[in-house]
Parts: sequence; C-alpha cells; structure tokens
Amino acid sequence: MTLLELQSVTAFYGPVQVLDGVSLSVPEGGAVGILGANGAGKTTTLRSISGTVRAGGRILYDGADIRGKRPEQVAAMGIAHVPEGRGGFGALTVRENLRIGAYLRRDRKGVESDIEFVLELFPNLRERYKSHASALSGGEQQMLAVGRAFMAKPRLLLLDEASLGLAPSTAMTVYDAIAKLRRESGIAMLVVEQNANLAFRLVDSATVLETGRNVLSGTSAELKGMDEIRRAYLGG
Amino acid sequence: MGQFIQLVVDGLSNGSIYAVLALAIVLVNQATGLINFAQGGMAVFSAYITWLLTEHGLSLILAILLSVLASFVLGALVERLVMRRFERGDPDTAVVVTIGLLTLITGICGWLWTYNNQQFRSLFSLTTVSIFGAAVSIRSIGTFAVIAVIMLFLQALFLGTKFGLALRAVAINPKSAALSGLPVGRLLMAGWGLAAALGAVAGALVAPQLTLTPGMMDTALVYALAAVILGGQSSPVGVVVAAWLIGVVENLAAVYVHFIGYDLKVAVPFILTFVVLVVRPQGLFGRKVVARV
Repeated sequence: MTLLELQSVTAFYGPVQVLDGVSLSVPEGGAVGILGANGAGKTTTLRSISGTVRAGGRILYDGADIRGKRPEQVAAMGIAHVPEGRGGFGALTVRENLRIGAYLRRDRKGVESDIEFVLELFPNLRERYKSHASALSGGEQQMLAVGRAFMAKPRLLLLDEASLGLAPSTAMTVYDAIAKLRRESGIAMLVVEQNANLAFRLVDSATVLETGRNVLSGTSAELKGMDEIRRAYLGG
Repeated sequence: MGQFIQLVVDGLSNGSIYAVLALAIVLVNQATGLINFAQGGMAVFSAYITWLLTEHGLSLILAILLSVLASFVLGALVERLVMRRFERGDPDTAVVVTIGLLTLITGICGWLWTYNNQQFRSLFSLTTVSIFGAAVSIRSIGTFAVIAVIMLFLQALFLGTKFGLALRAVAINPKSAALSGLPVGRLLMAGWGLAAALGAVAGALVAPQLTLTPGMMDTALVYALAAVILGGQSSPVGVVVAAWLIGVVENLAAVYVHFIGYDLKVAVPFILTFVVLVVRPQGLFGRKVVARV
C-alpha cells in the first residue's frame, strides 16, 4: 500500500526551477532515501510535501493530492518534517520542545509515555531534560528534532540531512537510533541525505536526484553495488 | 522615617503604572519575539474607548470590560493587517513599524478626541488609609493588587499552559512551529490581542492618575521599557519587581541624593538600566540564553 506518491513534482524559487519532475513513492511503513549533491533539489522535495514550498505536479498522500495545503494542515494529516537545520526552539527546554511536537495531540497519557520512549531512545536527552535546546550539542539537537517530530505520532517522517554538521561517529549514532525508532514504531520515512552510506543504514530503497530530476532509483542493495553511486556519493 | 515610608509607598504606586505597561510589553515579546513600542499608544486608545463608553452613561466596570474585549479584537487586527507583513522579515524593521504605529495611534487619538485633558473616573476610591504612618490611597492599593493578579496570571499562562508554550514556540521559530502543526497566524493574533487587552486594563488603571491625553503613556512607556530591560524580557514577575524598584529608587534619589533632585530623577532608571545591561544583560530575572555556535 502506497502512503506517499510524488508524480512529476516541480517547484520554483522565484524564476529558478529547482524541481523538474521528481517522482517517487513511499510505501506504508517503508523508508526511502533521496540522495544527491548540493542543489539537486532534495530539501525542496521535502518542502514541497510539507507545504513550505509551492509545488506543481501531484503529491498524493493516502490517495489525495495535498498540494496547496498549509504546513500546519499537512502536519495535522500525520506528516512530520524534521527540517534542515533541525528547527529547534532554542529558548525552550528539551521537555518543552517535545511537548510542542505533540501540540496536536489530546491524549495526555500517551504524550507522557512517548516522551519516555524518546528519552529511552536518546539517553543524552534525558540528561539534558531541563536544559534549553540552545545549550545542547549538535548531535543532541538533532536527536531532539527527531524526537519532536516523533511526538506528533506521524505516519510519515520527512528527515532532512540529519548528519549535517555532525562528527561521523555522532551521525552514525543518530542514524542507528532513527533506524531503531523505525523498527519499533513502523513510521514510514522519507530521508534526504548527502552521505549515501549513512542513508543505507536506514532506508530500503532510494532515488538519486540531479538538478531537480530523478536520475537513478533502486533498492539499497542495488544502489550500493553501482559504481556510479560509489563514485559520486560514497567517495570512490 | 515617615517621609521615607511615604516616598517608598509613592514610588511603588508610580512603579505600578510602569509595571502594568511593562507586562503588556513582555506579553507581546513572549508571543511574537518583538518589542512593541506601540504598546503605550494602544493602551491610550483603549482608555479612550473606556472613557467614551462612560461618557455615554455606562458604568465604569462595564466600560472597562467592553474596552478590554474591543482592544483584544483591535490588537489581533493590528497583527493581522499590519504586523503580519513584517514578521517574516528583519525583526528590526518590525520594531520600527511599531514605532510608526505609536505615532499613528497617538495622532488618531488626538484627531478623534483632541489633545485636551479628559477626566477619567477612578476605579478605586481616593481616600487614604494610614500604613506605618504613610498615607496610602485605596487607589494605589487597588492598582497594586490588580497588577499582582495580572502578573501571576501571565506567569502561569506562559509557564503552566499549553497555550502559553505554543505562544512562546511561535515567537522563537514560527516556521518550525508550523511544521509541528501550530496555527502560527492565529497564535500571533492571539498574542497581540491579549497584549492589547492587557493594555486596556493598564489604560484604565493609570488614566485617572495621569489624566487622559493622547500622550498620556509616553513617559510611562519609557519607564516601562527600562523595567523590561531591568527585569528581563521573559519574566513577568521580574519586570514588575523592576518597575516597582524603579519607582522607589527614583523617588528616594530625588529626595536623598541632592545633585539628582526632582529635575534629574528621570535619569535614574536609565542609569540603573545601563548598569544592568553591562553587568547582567539578560536582566535581573531573565533566563540567560546560551547558544552554541
């Protein structure tokens, strides 16, 4: 069962065309990667889904076109976007950040037990529970951003470059925790990543973008074996 | 000793005027991230609404309640129709817009109701009671009490409720707040509406003492801003304590520090503010925001 399907999605920043017909689909509970170099349109693809960028083409979620919906409406439909740069609330504490993620929920008890789940998943956050988000390290802020998105109980998580600015070992820790989150929650994920090796720790399949177009798609195993991918995104 | 206590009491009474305006400024700051210079002007406008209603025979309490409601709507409209255009841009631009609004609103008040003083009835009696030998008016005590209630209400709102948390989140990062499903536009309108409603209370409290004119709040606004800096922009309790402190210190300095006297006492809050900015930039009660780079 397909949860999300993009059909020839286009997007512009002013007169500049950033997406030139991106197509992909995410099955219910699946995890799909979007790989590609800087400026390929990865982030814009996520933004067009979450309603922060106006898009053309069709974006089908649960069978209905969600283009033109505002970000808060898209969020209410069960899509949580962890934006590039983590989108943290610096002057709020870790707990308050997590509660903001759960803003649309009315089940108080469920929220508390999900906060506990996030703290189990990211033990660092438990230690920093009462700290302002701005005082956390980059890795901890990324964990908080993922935790905040999870708190919305989404059906689909849009994850934008979770490794950005992190030391390789920290990035790996973050990705492994997200993979665990996926196993335990069954949330579908659409994962933007420049570092293909990291992405393959999490996703089942991926598509490669170049100047706003799909140039290659396949399962993780297929893509890992391709020289082209290795040369372009795995460093030789 | 009698004089000292009287000065302190009068200082607290003046400080209360600054405090209630400072609270409105903190409210907008927490809810939108801006310092709203138009806050004083909006409070004056609300005071005129109250005054107009009493002139038409309404009881003062009813007039204030209606004015609070009207101000909430007006405040929300100011956000929606004016500030919305500037919120996504440079915050400095938005602050300058609020200064423009202040001028505009003051002008509108003068145009509609002239620049002459209007008598504004007091909510509380002017009779005085004696406390430790100082004459304290019921009005001062009433103002004091109303402010304490508002202060505790705001503190509880911001720190204890989901709505308050949402207001703060929107002020910090509106884009990210929208991604978590927060209705950013409506929350910003609510923040401005609440601040304007609070301004209506402020106007009604201070208008009898200052007499109602379009520029009534100008001086108070300056003191209120000093209190906001002194107390820390994020702390309702902090700014109220700071406002009282300013009122008291100013009064004491005028009498006991000879080179200051009554003519220079306006300088006192600024000297205090200056010292605080150098020594403790987050304000006396503000939480320091540490950011890793």
